[in-house]
Amino acid sequence: MGETRDYAVKMHHVTKTFGKVVANKDVDLELKNGEILALLGENGSGKTTLMNMLSGIYFPDYGDIHIHGIPVTIRSPKDAFDLGIGMIHQHFKLVDVLTAAENIVLGLDGKTTVNRKELNKKVAELASRYGFEIDPSKKVYNMAVSEKQTVEILKVLYRGADILILDEPTAVLTPQETEKLFAVLRNMKADGKSIIIITHKLHEVLSISDRVAILRKGEYIGVVETSETNQDQLTEMMVGRPISLEIERPQLERGEKRLKVVDLTCLNGDGIKALDNVSFSAYSGEILGVAGIAGSGQKELCEVIAGLYPTIGGAVLYTDEREDGPVKESILGLTPDQIVEKGISMAFVPEDRLGMGLVADMDMTDNVMLRSYKNNKGLFVDRKTPKKVAEQLIEEMEIVTPGVDTPVGRMSGGNVQKVLLGREIALSPSVLIVAYPVRGLDINSSYRIYDLLNEQKKKGVAVIFIGEDLDVLMELSDRVMVLCGGRVSGIVDPRKVTKEDIGLMMIQVNEQKEEEDV
Amino acid sequence: MASTLSSLFVAAVLAGTPLLLGALGEILTEKSGNMNLGVEGMMFMGAITGLAGSYYYEQAVTKSGGAPSGILSAVIALLVSFLAGAFGALIYSFLTISLRANQNVTGLTLTIFGTGFGNFFGEYIGLKAGGYVAVSGTTKAAFSSLRIPVLSDIPVLGKLLFQYNWLVYFAIIIAILMTWFFNKSRTGLNLRAVGEDPATADAAGINIARYKYTATIVGGGICGIGGMYMSMVTTSGVWVHGCVTGYGWLAVALVIFATWSPAKGVFVALVFGGLTIMRMYVNIPGLPAQIYDMFPYVATIIVLIVTSMRQSKEHAQPKSCGRNYFREER
Repeated sequence: MGETRDYAVKMHHVTKTFGKVVANKDVDLELKNGEILALLGENGSGKTTLMNMLSGIYFPDYGDIHIHGIPVTIRSPKDAFDLGIGMIHQHFKLVDVLTAAENIVLGLDGKTTVNRKELNKKVAELASRYGFEIDPSKKVYNMAVSEKQTVEILKVLYRGADILILDEPTAVLTPQETEKLFAVLRNMKADGKSIIIITHKLHEVLSISDRVAILRKGEYIGVVETSETNQDQLTEMMVGRPISLEIERPQLERGEKRLKVVDLTCLNGDGIKALDNVSFSAYSGEILGVAGIAGSGQKELCEVIAGLYPTIGGAVLYTDEREDGPVKESILGLTPDQIVEKGISMAFVPEDRLGMGLVADMDMTDNVMLRSYKNNKGLFVDRKTPKKVAEQLIEEMEIVTPGVDTPVGRMSGGNVQKVLLGREIALSPSVLIVAYPVRGLDINSSYRIYDLLNEQKKKGVAVIFIGEDLDVLMELSDRVMVLCGGRVSGIVDPRKVTKEDIGLMMIQVNEQKEEEDV
Repeated sequence: MASTLSSLFVAAVLAGTPLLLGALGEILTEKSGNMNLGVEGMMFMGAITGLAGSYYYEQAVTKSGGAPSGILSAVIALLVSFLAGAFGALIYSFLTISLRANQNVTGLTLTIFGTGFGNFFGEYIGLKAGGYVAVSGTTKAAFSSLRIPVLSDIPVLGKLLFQYNWLVYFAIIIAILMTWFFNKSRTGLNLRAVGEDPATADAAGINIARYKYTATIVGGGICGIGGMYMSMVTTSGVWVHGCVTGYGWLAVALVIFATWSPAKGVFVALVFGGLTIMRMYVNIPGLPAQIYDMFPYVATIIVLIVTSMRQSKEHAQPKSCGRNYFREER
């Protein structure tokens, strides 16, 4: 332990409970002046809760906080600003219809009127000091995700923060953008700022931080010097036992062409092309990964194939050489019901699990029944079969829940995903579309989901996997399709390209790379 | 022809002003993220209290042997109607901001309450006054057309622009002030942030409840003044049963037509004002009066169709409008 003055932040014995759930238990955390500290932990390990207590969103039940050696009480975001603490949230807190500069001065005291010109100049100066590129008069709704993040960071810098907390800042960035952000963070460190970066990506921890603090299930495990550690040690501290980080990719003979998508084009709500001449094929017995910056058309692509989104052109053709004769159908423009009537079993695990996939207030039986009640004959629905299916799911998928009668909304994220994926798989689909299936899940649940997808692949299902973590996409998929602004910028073999190649394809469409396999 | 057009213009301004005031009040309210459908109720409350304020002031002064002052009477009507509208909005604010009641239901209830409030006290005061309640000539004069030296005497323009009662200019000044407030002032910027995205504004250190209460209450007060215009100018200081009916709803429609911009509201109010009195100035042979009465409402429907087809992020309703903010909700 050094002098108290050397520490920007000291948190001692901090405990926070929500009802019966202990989010943080007796946590100690120390941030030295001018260092980058990585806060590592799985989802649900209490990283964000701990940081929210620094930024004034939550108030600790016990424990004390020292800022620059002085004991403080942080009751609101404003208190945190006054202490020079600024937090960049994972979900950006920006007002869409205001400009970058207006968002930056929001809520600040000052003259009665806001002088836009002077303000823009000030913001531009601040941005260039740290190497940001930004147009201060651009409206937030016209911005790309990385620009919004820049605004968020500038917002806290403008308020004079010298302690910055970044909550999963790289989750939405391409590898190139991540490098840029890290360069800026290093500039800020050189400028004397102290930074805490919350993340669960190990290679990023190793490349940016000076020290790593690890949390597990709300408890403080320890802190290590980044230069003296490695991925395996960090994983073990994070999960509590050694774990293999390898993702399996069973090598199979590629099956028949199951789904052929030709020149698919559709518009988003603003009349802009969300998908622009998207063509690809999905084969049985393979996992087709789909990569791209958030909002590049992934959502629309899934929903078009599932029959939920209108198009203005293109075709989706389905073929299946079944024992009882081949099925060849054009399914574009059909509703999900009509697709089922054609005898096609298509499963879709949407991004928004409790909004689109399951009904949060209904129990497991009812949620399972949603997919099957239409097959019931007669006046009354059959509840016994879905109940059996639900009980089976609990057993097979190791779902943690008080019982089949508990509303799914009360389960944890990982268990909700297991219910959803389990229900879809129970229908023995021939095409399985999954969008961000491991978002918000801990490592164990994530690997369970990867195993399930591989099982489906072995059964000859055509799996389309929309992912955000490039490492996972490249390890799990047989082929990776990269989307950029609604266009396919290439379909590549992940064994033959690097992450940087894919990162480049995510930000620009290179016409030559379009592989001829349609 | 020219004289018909200029009379139509003048009449449109006179008929459009209460709509403008109602719409301005509602724009201010909605900018804070509160959709107060109680505009009609608050206008009714402003209409009867404004009239009653002037009436009782006159009664009191006459009783003590003095002569009532027109200006004072008008100021009393203005203040009392503002307070009555603000009181209606306070009930609404308490229910929706503090108790987080559903905004639509609360607003509709306020409309029903205010309508009953206005008509009940209108009839009651009328009965006690011996049939109907009416203010004296002094007060009436205070609400009649102004004569501004020089300006009112300019040919044509003088009649078109400088011969209205003071409330018309009052409404336009409010519209100008609000435009400045939203676009230039710091508080206005914060208020817009509250209406668009309260969670973000909260994180930026803005006191959400205070902004919402203030905007909603002041907005309600402006609606109340719009109602007072109906009872003091439109019906010339006589209580007419149901005198505000329909106008509050037109004001709500105007907000959409004006795309939440107070400056545009001035022009849109003129158009709607014109539509409501067209039958007296434009005579199309064979067209029944009822068809004329439909015009503003038909226009409202068309406006709603057009605005919902149009895609614009900026000239649209504040995003959080209609939803209550609760910090700990996820």
